[in-house]
Order: sequence, then structure tokens, then C-alpha cells
Amino acid sequence: MRNILSIAYKELSTYVTSPMAYIIAGVLLALTGVFFIDSVDQPFALASVRGLLRNTAFFLMPLIPPIMTMRLFAEEQKLGTLELLLTAPVRDFEVVLGKFLASFAILGGSLLLTLFYVFILRFYSDPDIGPVLSAYFGILLYSAGALAVGVLASSLTGNQIVAATVGFGIILMFSVVGNVSSVVGGAAATILGHLSMTNHYESFSQGIVDTTDVLYYVILCAVFLFLAVRSVESRRWR
Amino acid sequence: MSNQTMIEANHLTKYYGDFPAVYDVSFSAQKGEVVGFLGPNAAGKTTTMRILTGFTPPTSGSASIAGYDVVAESLEARRHVGYLPETVPLYTDMKVKDYLRFMGAIRGMESSAIKRRIGDVIDICHLETYYDAYISKLSKGFRQRVGVAQAILHEPEVLVLDEPTVGIDPIQVVETRQLIKSLGGEHTIILSSHILPEVSMICQRVIIIHEGEIVAVDTPQALGERLEGAERVQMEVAGPAAQVVRTLRGITGVQDVTFTEQGDGRVLYAVTSRRGDEMRATLAKAVVEHGWGLLRLEPVSLSLEEIFLRLTTSEGG
Repeated sequence: MRNILSIAYKELSTYVTSPMAYIIAGVLLALTGVFFIDSVDQPFALASVRGLLRNTAFFLMPLIPPIMTMRLFAEEQKLGTLELLLTAPVRDFEVVLGKFLASFAILGGSLLLTLFYVFILRFYSDPDIGPVLSAYFGILLYSAGALAVGVLASSLTGNQIVAATVGFGIILMFSVVGNVSSVVGGAAATILGHLSMTNHYESFSQGIVDTTDVLYYVILCAVFLFLAVRSVESRRWR
Repeated sequence: MSNQTMIEANHLTKYYGDFPAVYDVSFSAQKGEVVGFLGPNAAGKTTTMRILTGFTPPTSGSASIAGYDVVAESLEARRHVGYLPETVPLYTDMKVKDYLRFMGAIRGMESSAIKRRIGDVIDICHLETYYDAYISKLSKGFRQRVGVAQAILHEPEVLVLDEPTVGIDPIQVVETRQLIKSLGGEHTIILSSHILPEVSMICQRVIIIHEGEIVAVDTPQALGERLEGAERVQMEVAGPAAQVVRTLRGITGVQDVTFTEQGDGRVLYAVTSRRGDEMRATLAKAVVEHGWGLLRLEPVSLSLEEIFLRLTTSEGG
């Protein structure tokens, strides 16, 4: 645990001493601002963050997480510091988890900054706080899943651009894969529907916290982080 | 305590695909010993070091650090090693002090110990001026020192230094060598190099590795004596080439004579012979007695490749 925290702390300080953390928070706030205005500027608009966070999940989650994580392992490989990490008395999964947690802290923190819009809603109206909380819980899980994909992508290559592109592709695939389920039909449709990150987010945005959906994101994280650990391990053989 | 084996390698073999980077390498090092790993590029030095530091597992064979197997008890073995890879691994966007702090933390040091040891290694490696500087602003030589500083930070029993003097300026090379020498005794050090004099200077024992296999293990002195079998002399002689070669080959002690014609008609002869000053005197006398002009005569040192070749052949392959 101490090792995980040491690595997370180091990554966190790299995020905040470079412009990265501020750019992420800035971009996120600017775009969610647009989403927010768009969602309240409708006839009979609901006082909720449903549209705001749904757009965040759909538009921003494929983009921001892989950019945040592209550096994590790709740069270590380029600088040769991976050799140092892998010869320190630290387990490979501790390295992966530490880096993942640092990126989640930054992205999660930036997402929580958007709670600002909830305060605006509370000022003008009376939003139902239950769905707000569940939607935030959902978007945090969503972002964790996307970051786990990004961590794997970064562990695959020494090139940050490649890492970001691969991460972007996988996350986008997971968010749109449900859209084709009506075309294929049958059991395949059910499977594709269950794989979709956006489908599992739906109930959160409606105020329902379903164990299946929570498990989906937890398993998604676990699978991709596990693959990342194996990918880092494989560096030892090459 | 003095006769404790700190590094032990047993029949290490490492294949990359079909290519054996290291083949059946066995050696050991006692506590406080400084062992040099000498070999040309791609001889298998780095691969051996990567096995010892637990970075990469061997295809077969085993190795242990301070009694811990590098594969089965990898974490424990890694705790006892300080490692400086060939390309100094530095987070260039960190400050020297933050980098050292992080290296201490991931090696499981207590924060009070980290604080104390950072002070020590800054002193030992003469980094006082750069304590608070970003690593990206440091020159190559100082980066090398930061690399050494992180390797000794946790007071490891074993230090593994991969080509620690490559790519830094001559003054810093001298300083780095002195630094390594001063670290011996406390630490068991294994360092790689492709410079024979460097290894002779720092190490008590030299392991010569060539094409993945150990060719010779000896003290620098004994190794020097074994190499004294031969000397190479370059001569420039004004005279008929064929006759000169025949005459030189006829001298007892001369093993081989080759000649190359320069563009301007001059002829250079490379004479491999028994070692010793009297040999050169004999060569000079022979040339002069035939009435040819001896324009130049100078001993040239054998190249590293030739040293390996000699050792391989003298060892019987």
C-alpha cells in the first residue's frame, strides 16, 4: 500500500507541476459550461445535471482520459526510468495502481469541480438531489473505466501519441458499441448492449444505482488494469 | 562477514529469440569486492546486469543477491541492490531532491532515513549546488552523479553500475572512478566497462565476457601478465617491401608481419612479436643492417577485440 501511495504521490506532483492538471480542469469546466447552458436553455428544462453529465460521458470521456494517461508508462519507457521502477522493490501491480489512482484523483477532482453547476441550480430552483448524487457516482465510475483503458494503452508503447490514439479508440468503441445492437439482433445484441459503457451509465443518470452497473465499471477497471500489469511485466522479457 | 558471497551467478543463460545474449555465465563476488565486467559492445554485460537486478529473468540458470534468489525472492533481492543502468534513468521534470526522495520512498525507506541519506549522498556525489535544481538543467556529468546518488541512497549491499563512465568528460571520468573506488569496501560493486585500463584501475577482479560467454576471470595484474605474451609495433621502412617482410619474419620472436602501402609510396609494417624493449631494438638493428631507412618505430597497443581473441585462443576456445 505504501508503495502504491509513493508512486501515486509522485505522479500527482508531476500532474500539478506541469500544466496538464490545469488544462484538464480548464477544458472540462469550459465544455461542461456549454453543456450546462444547453441543458437548462430548453423549454420545460429539468433542474438536473442529467444532460450535462451524459454529454460529459459521451463527448469528453473518450478524449480526456487517454490524454491524461498517455504519459504514464510511455514516458517511463522513453526515459529508461521503467528499468528503475521495475528493479525497485515494488510489485508491478503497485506501479500500475499508483499511476491509475493519481490520474483518477486529478480527473475525479476536476469532475467534482462541476458540482458548481448544482449550486447554481439550487440557487434558482430546487433540483432533486438523489439523481444528482447517483449521476456523479456514475460519472466517476465511468471516468475510472476510461482511465484504466488509457493506462493499458500507455503501457503498450513508448510513443505517447500512439498511446492516446489507442486509448481513444478503445474507449470510443466501448461507448458506441451498444448503438449497433439493434442491427445485429439476438444474443449478440444483448452482449453488445451489456458491453456498452453508455448503456450502463443510463440508470445512474436516472437516479438508480444498480449493482450490475456498478459491477460493470468495477470489472472494466479490473480487466484493463490487469492487462496493463501483464503488459508492464512483458517489458521484462523484451 | 568478510567472506560472505554477495553476488552469485550460476550458469546464467538468456536468449532473445534464438539469439543467446548470455550463455552459461557463472561467477561470484564476495562482500566488499569490486568486480569489473569487461567486454566489447553487445558482449552480454547489460543483459547479465539486468538479470542480477531482477529486471529480466534468465532463460535458465540462477542468480542470487545477498543470498536471495533474483527470480523466486525478487523483491527481497531488489531491496539489496542499487542499480545504475547504462542510460541514466532520470525524471527530467523533477528536481534533484524530489527525485531522490521518490527513489528512497519506492525502496521502502522511512522518511527520516530518506532525509538523512539524501544529505549524505549529496555530499558523496558533490551535488550541493544542484540539490534544488531541475534535472533537465543538469549537464551529463552531473546527471551521472545523480544516477550514482540514487543507486547508493538506500545503502544497498550490492551496487550494479552499467558503464558508469560512458559519455562524460575526462575530468568527470576521473572523479567518477574515484567515487566508485571509494564506495568499494562498504558495497560489493559490479561494474561494466569496455575500457581495460579503467577496469584495472578500479577493480580487484576482472571478468572478461565476449559474445555472451565468460572468457577469463582474473585479477587485473594476472590478466596483464597473460596479455604480455604479445606486442604490436608499427614500423615505417624505406626499402623493398618483399625483402623487408622476409627479413623481419626471420627474426626470432616475431610472430607475424603485415604491411600496407600508403598512397605516397611509403610502406607501413605491423609487426606482432614477443613483448619487451629488446625486441624493438632487434627490429631496428635488422633494418639498419640491411641499409634501409628506419623512418618510424612505435609500439601500438592491442585493441580490445584482439585482447579477447588472444584470451579466447590462449584459453583453448
